[in-house]
Amino acid sequence: MAGARDTAIVTKHTESRAPAGVADGRWHALEIVFWLVPIAAYFVLPDYRILGSQILIAGLFVLSLDLILGYAGIVSLGHAAFFGVGAYTAGLLAVHGWGEPITGLAAAAIVAAAVGYLVSLLVIRGSDLTRLMVTLGVGLMFWELANRAASITGGVDGLAGVTMWNLLGLWRFDIAGRTAYVYCFVVLFLMFLLARRLVHSPLGLSLRGIREGGKRMPAIGAPVGLRLRTIFTIAAAFAGVAGALLAQTTQFVGIDTLGFPRSGEVLVMLVLGGAGRLYGGLIGAALYLIAHDYLAGLSPVYWQLGLGVLLVIVVLFARGGILGGAATFFARRTGR
Amino acid sequence: MKPVLSTRGLSKFFGAFQANKDISLDFLPGARHALIGPNGAGKTTFINLLTGVLPPTSGRVMLGAEDITDVPQHRRVKKGITRTFQINTLFPGLTVLESVVLAIAEREGRAGICHQTVAAQRHAVDEAQALLGRLRLADQAASLTRSLAYGKQRLVEIALALATRPTILLLDEPAAGIPAAESAELFGVIAALPHEVTVVFIEHDMNLVFRFADRISVLVGGAILVEGTPAEIASDPRVKEVYLGEAQHD
Repeated sequence: MAGARDTAIVTKHTESRAPAGVADGRWHALEIVFWLVPIAAYFVLPDYRILGSQILIAGLFVLSLDLILGYAGIVSLGHAAFFGVGAYTAGLLAVHGWGEPITGLAAAAIVAAAVGYLVSLLVIRGSDLTRLMVTLGVGLMFWELANRAASITGGVDGLAGVTMWNLLGLWRFDIAGRTAYVYCFVVLFLMFLLARRLVHSPLGLSLRGIREGGKRMPAIGAPVGLRLRTIFTIAAAFAGVAGALLAQTTQFVGIDTLGFPRSGEVLVMLVLGGAGRLYGGLIGAALYLIAHDYLAGLSPVYWQLGLGVLLVIVVLFARGGILGGAATFFARRTGR
Repeated sequence: MKPVLSTRGLSKFFGAFQANKDISLDFLPGARHALIGPNGAGKTTFINLLTGVLPPTSGRVMLGAEDITDVPQHRRVKKGITRTFQINTLFPGLTVLESVVLAIAEREGRAGICHQTVAAQRHAVDEAQALLGRLRLADQAASLTRSLAYGKQRLVEIALALATRPTILLLDEPAAGIPAAESAELFGVIAALPHEVTVVFIEHDMNLVFRFADRISVLVGGAILVEGTPAEIASDPRVKEVYLGEAQHD
């Protein structure tokens, strides 16, 4: 009797369980803990809400690079182009009288996606080195475009006069950055949910297939070019939303949103945290900006030296960034 | 019987080097067609031209009556022409199950789906598990491909190809580098394929060739030396001289 019941339970368990070896998108306890941290930070560290917003925005931006670099294996040195396009889209809308935040984000996403699609047509050709150069060139072109069109963008002085309406008509963007923090957090979390589902989906598997076996993909009938155009467009939309968040919460768009340093910075954040894991980019963004804030406080002149040392240490001693290193460490400890 | 796949005057030059010279071959439906010849005879190049990995310098590739010379590789797979690789060309960082599910999802045109998880593609996962079971890879399904023994990885090569449900399967030395006992087992899997599937294979082991092939083409120096049934090839003096003779010198 007891035996029969046990068997029944086991059978039921096997049926409901997803097969081992494919992504089922189930949440790990650590993921829930991870998302409690920014919520706790809001209450525990009220003085750091502005830095916190910057981290949340950078996190979304790194997430978008992770989709193309970490998952599809496409290198980019011009990812700030999409961030900047999003920032200017939202900023210009607000300057010209439409300060509604959510539709501003949506507009930024659409414009950045359109630009991303056009750029993808250039980027999917050629090898890694070609792609580095093409993305770098595109990034520089956009910077120069914003610089030349100073009457529209404000040029190197930046776009001032971005006035935002209340969020959902209710919450004013306050000087202490409370609304901005919650806004950035909610947007990041929702975008993260989309990205998380995407990487666990057949499309995500197909992208990892391109990264792991680009030569095999056409031999199993995969339209590699289409897949890359798709993810490049989606990633550009993500980057555009991140840029729009920055424009809306700081009520200013600097030309540096489009600049090469920002493209390099986002790459560093991703490598620091660990590419191809979604959370790696978020951790990398947090670590980079916190280290930046701390080191700049210690030494306003030499803070970049400290960041450089941190980057070299992580890259040399933790393969796959902080998360990659942690995964290796725990795999070794559990003897697998 | 009309050929399912044929080439007309197919040539591939790499600069001055003539890898394939004026090859006109017919592959009949359901054939077990071996391509043999010494190393450097242009066999792999020929497979690359048939599957669209390389564009030919001149000549045509016909699928039935359709000219597919300009059709890209991934579309030829959709038309039923699938290959395996002489050197493992797999997805090292994907699990074996993921790899096969990916091939099935691509075949079904469902690999662009981004709103459901892979695990939710129940019938693709079930089909992949059944295929892996047939190839005795069920125990390795959840393992990363790179962690598999070499012989098992050769089987994954076959599994990925079969997952596309080919009507024409091109195998580039499927048993390369695995012990004789295992290679016979691997060819057993290939022999058990439905007879509608046309199989073209490159193989150096003459025992396997004569056991499994019903048609043999001999390539030498990028050109077809002779083509015929195994009995005709075995008794052809030119083949003995050029190919088998050379093999005896090894």
